[in-house]
Amino acid sequence: MALMPIADGLFEVADGVAHLIGGRRKSDGRMVFPLPTGSEGGHYEAVRLSSEGRLWSFTIQRFRPKSPPYAGADDDSSFRPYALGYVELPGEVIVESRIETDDFAALKIGAPMRLKLLPFRKAEGDVLAYAFEPVK
Amino acid sequence: MTNVHIVGAGIHAFGRHDDKSGLDQGVFAARAALADVGLKWGDMQFGFGGSSAAGNADAVLPRLGLTGIQFVNVANGCATGGSALLAGYWAIKSGEFDMGMVVGFDKHPRGAFNPEPADWGLPSWYGDIGLMLTTQFFGNKINRYMGLHGISATTFGRVAEKAFENGVRTPHAWRREAIGLNAIMNSRMISDPLTQYMFCSPAEGGAALILASDRKMRELGLTGPKVRGAAVRTRVNGSFEVFSPSLDVERGPSPTQLASKAAYDMAGVGPSDIDVAQLQDTESGAEIMHMAENGFCADGEQEQLLEAGATRLGGKLPVNTDGGCLACGEPIGASGLRQVYENVQQLRGRAEGRQVEGARLGYSQVYGAPGLSGVVILES
Repeated sequence: MALMPIADGLFEVADGVAHLIGGRRKSDGRMVFPLPTGSEGGHYEAVRLSSEGRLWSFTIQRFRPKSPPYAGADDDSSFRPYALGYVELPGEVIVESRIETDDFAALKIGAPMRLKLLPFRKAEGDVLAYAFEPVK
Repeated sequence: MTNVHIVGAGIHAFGRHDDKSGLDQGVFAARAALADVGLKWGDMQFGFGGSSAAGNADAVLPRLGLTGIQFVNVANGCATGGSALLAGYWAIKSGEFDMGMVVGFDKHPRGAFNPEPADWGLPSWYGDIGLMLTTQFFGNKINRYMGLHGISATTFGRVAEKAFENGVRTPHAWRREAIGLNAIMNSRMISDPLTQYMFCSPAEGGAALILASDRKMRELGLTGPKVRGAAVRTRVNGSFEVFSPSLDVERGPSPTQLASKAAYDMAGVGPSDIDVAQLQDTESGAEIMHMAENGFCADGEQEQLLEAGATRLGGKLPVNTDGGCLACGEPIGASGLRQVYENVQQLRGRAEGRQVEGARLGYSQVYGAPGLSGVVILES
């Protein structure tokens, strides 16, 4: 059974390739991610963002974040550190993301990254989330 | 137009005080400022006060005296104290008032701040997947800066080592024991490359300043450093701030760079004129980046400057002479006023044990969420 996305309108798959959905502000063309919703949404048009970019910066989350807001199903003993950072999508916008890798030492600013959709384990069950991973 | 002087300053030691509320500490600082200059609360014509997590600042009034004066609560994120000072500065500069007090205090729960996405206009998934942590922002920002400008992790260790050394010499500091470079480098990794001892902690404390016009100061036979420049600026497109799911590809200046330039322009001085500086050091990397953002060096020069001890007491430009946020902790409502309090002590030659000899121009910069910075330049 297909997983429910962690939020509506965050990403989509076209021709088998995953894309984040950003927004371009109609008044000045400024690009943002995610696409604003609700009353602010009318000021933006949806943009299917590039699925590949380069690592702009990164860090490693070494301890389990507080819940709330963190909703991971893990606890302090099962928590595993994860990488996160920013990926520059050329000519579009720099997006924040978890970085899917166990090889933290290999992460380098400027390295090519590709979007993937993957399950995120919440206490109440898995949902579909996004991350970037190094292009091998 | 009149000049504005800081004629009195008081502080309640920062740290953890289980037997006192934040308000208790604010009132203590206010009374200390009045005693510093031999005035009474009834002499004050206005008050501006700030507290982020310890209730309404104007709750000081029943304790200090219900004299009917204008008192305004200030809330402006991490620059709350700095913004209260700026409001008091304008009140006198405009000619509306001759003398008044700014006061800030706070008392935060232990441990890292625990923000909710909705309070920041962010969707809940952002917190769900583990991106809603201030520590990650600091790690991301300094990691990129290291990569671009060739700064090593050891330099961040040196910043913390200096902070704790200065804290030993400062009565109002929280952390008053020296911690060696190795212990700092080997403490628990929080968000790479920053370790536990490279981060400041939320804390408690209070600080208060009494501001007066030239005329009032002379009339009362008082003295005090002159405010040469004061400015608060907020983020622009292209700035990198906490809790940003996206950033502009085209990069822009930081709010600190904007506030710094505005304050230098007002003061008619430049970075090379400054004798002592208090710079926002939420973590070690922030002090390094803020050295450049405030014009004290070029990007990348910090590596050699720290190795040479340029920012230690006795160095070319002592930075965070009271140990900064790293040694004092960060009670948001009081933090920016603590910096100014420390500069007042330095410029009055009262910073016993940590005095920068002959200091004439003191610079302070407070920075934080959601992306704003406040700079004050004082002259003795």
